[in-house]
Amino acid sequence: MSASGGSSEAATLTAPPSKPRALGVFILRLLVALAIPVAAFAVLWRTFDYMRDENANRLFVVGVAIVVGVGGVFFLYWAMNRIVELLPERYREGVRPYVFVGPALVILGVFLVYPVINTLLISLKDSTGASFVGLDNFKFVFTDESMLRAIRNTLGWTLVVPAVAVSIGLVFATLVDRLRRGEAVAKSLIFMPMAISFAGAAITWRLIYDFRPEGFGSNIGLLNAVWQGLGNQPVAWLQEAPWNNLLLMVIMVWMQTGFAMVVLSAAIKAIPEEITEAARIDGASEFQVFRRIIVPSIAPTIAVVATYMVINALKVFDIVFVIGGAETNKTEVIAERMIRWFFILNNSGRGAAIAVFLFVAIIPIMVWNMKRFREQEMIR
Amino acid sequence: MSAPAIPAPEITQARDQAQARDEAPGHRRGGWFVRITIVIIVLLWLIPTLGVLFTSFRPENLVNTSGWWTALAHPFRAAEWTLENYRLALDRGGLGNAFLNSLAVTIPSTVIPITIAAFAAYAFSWMEFRGRYVLFIVVVGLMVVPIQMTLIPLLRLFANGATIGRLIVFPDLDLNGTFMGIWLAHAGFGLPLAIYLLRSYIGSLPSSIIESAKIDGADHFTIFWRLVVPLSVPALAAFAIFQFLWVWNDLLVAYVFLGGTRQTMVLPIALAGLVGERGETWHLLTAAAFISMILPLIVFFSLQKYFVRGLTAGSVKG
Repeated sequence: MSASGGSSEAATLTAPPSKPRALGVFILRLLVALAIPVAAFAVLWRTFDYMRDENANRLFVVGVAIVVGVGGVFFLYWAMNRIVELLPERYREGVRPYVFVGPALVILGVFLVYPVINTLLISLKDSTGASFVGLDNFKFVFTDESMLRAIRNTLGWTLVVPAVAVSIGLVFATLVDRLRRGEAVAKSLIFMPMAISFAGAAITWRLIYDFRPEGFGSNIGLLNAVWQGLGNQPVAWLQEAPWNNLLLMVIMVWMQTGFAMVVLSAAIKAIPEEITEAARIDGASEFQVFRRIIVPSIAPTIAVVATYMVINALKVFDIVFVIGGAETNKTEVIAERMIRWFFILNNSGRGAAIAVFLFVAIIPIMVWNMKRFREQEMIR
Repeated sequence: MSAPAIPAPEITQARDQAQARDEAPGHRRGGWFVRITIVIIVLLWLIPTLGVLFTSFRPENLVNTSGWWTALAHPFRAAEWTLENYRLALDRGGLGNAFLNSLAVTIPSTVIPITIAAFAAYAFSWMEFRGRYVLFIVVVGLMVVPIQMTLIPLLRLFANGATIGRLIVFPDLDLNGTFMGIWLAHAGFGLPLAIYLLRSYIGSLPSSIIESAKIDGADHFTIFWRLVVPLSVPALAAFAIFQFLWVWNDLLVAYVFLGGTRQTMVLPIALAGLVGERGETWHLLTAAAFISMILPLIVFFSLQKYFVRGLTAGSVKG
């Protein structure tokens, strides 16, 4: 923005004609630099005051909100850089890194570090956070019948979803590579559910699993229609524990296979053609080429994709929440329990304990991630 | 987080190579087995979305008495189709309002973390300062803090807004305050991944470019704004699309920080509310679901190439 102006100012500051005058200019600039953010803040404050008015036009409010939110962050860095440029030159480059990193560290501190520590504390307190109760909440996590089911179900999610999604993604990526035409179209149709919200996907699949008992009209759910077409009685799929869990996992597989497929497809295309061709000349079958060359070559990518999906599956919430009836249908998962205990049953201690449990479950994957990161650093 | 931790520039020139490879005469082509398998998988993946799409255009009485696939038998009979469901969903279902709220939440929640992350990623890559490596490890470590771990303290912080100021007030659902609150929350949750992705991209830019700019007298702000940001557009765009889709589709953060009142609810909240309060009104639910999908689908299909390129093959190569 003001970068070129900044360097010319730097030149005037480094070669001052007379010291007192330069100092005066410096102080003046410092004042201006401080005044601008203050004035801007006052304007923003007035805007927010106005927007709090119930009668303000909604479209206008939304428009202003967007402009303020987007403009605000750019302005922040611009103003901070102006201030840095007013510093004496020998401090300038020492301060600048913190101007670049500072906002990120502040936000991370307030929105991640502080809450993590606080949640650890809350998990040791009672339902309202008034007094310490020791490890009672964790005892609840590991003894409550519904919690144990949630842990078991979540474990199922972390095993089934990555395995199925990566397998289908891998097979599809390998096959689609041999299409003469339509590779891009086929890929984007598989990838498309990635763009849909879990809530939207949950509704989409609820329609497929829809159930009406015999004699209450024809079934409008596709699964029951097919099931009846095969000569069976209609089934209330979402109430058939424990299989209903698998039906919910199908939703996540449907959404995430495309991601695995796109990333794996890129990795497959990076395998040199000479290698696979040489294997074929040596008499390897297509399946052998797939198993002995393609899969080992892209194993690191497969591991990355699978890890990403394990983390996602551990944190699954929306699907179970929107489908609803987790307790009656025995489809509880850890993240859904946490929201239920904190928001609906108003027990912050238990909610926090469940969150801590989820956090601890993620740590092994975190360690693995960090190792991978270190390895990358060494290669570089 | 919904975006993957794939360092973008690893597969340099992959796209060009892949293209040349696909067009090479020796490249193995699939026969009928390959084609049929692909068609089957694609159809399986497409049917759920088609079901929602068709159902949303059918009149209520037909939706409730016959499966959506029966409409395909007579696709040109006018009585089979209607736009009424969309009018109902936008108006009575509150989806029109929710759409605007989603925009107000999503756009700043995408721009803010990307800007902050780009500055931080540049500092972590090209600036010398104390604690650089340790801080970066901490930031990357924060990547796997589940959002659930932050909700209770943040809600309390927002509610007793003394330290934050009058801007963020909860649970008295103050519209602007909560917009601000949810922007910052999304920024916080998105930052670790954004910094990680952007650092691995920005850090892999050739140091000769940065060094020669320094020799020409450019300071870090100039180098960042004039050189690094333009060169990093693929990575920035790739993350922007991810973050946009993630925030637009997010239910959890919006549920916690914006709540479910009609005035402030975003699309996923509106959808979940329709499921709750109206049970099986499929004509309304499907129209609402499709309204919530329209924008992400447009973004996805129009920016898809850019997005996949940024993900897999982005590099400074001209």
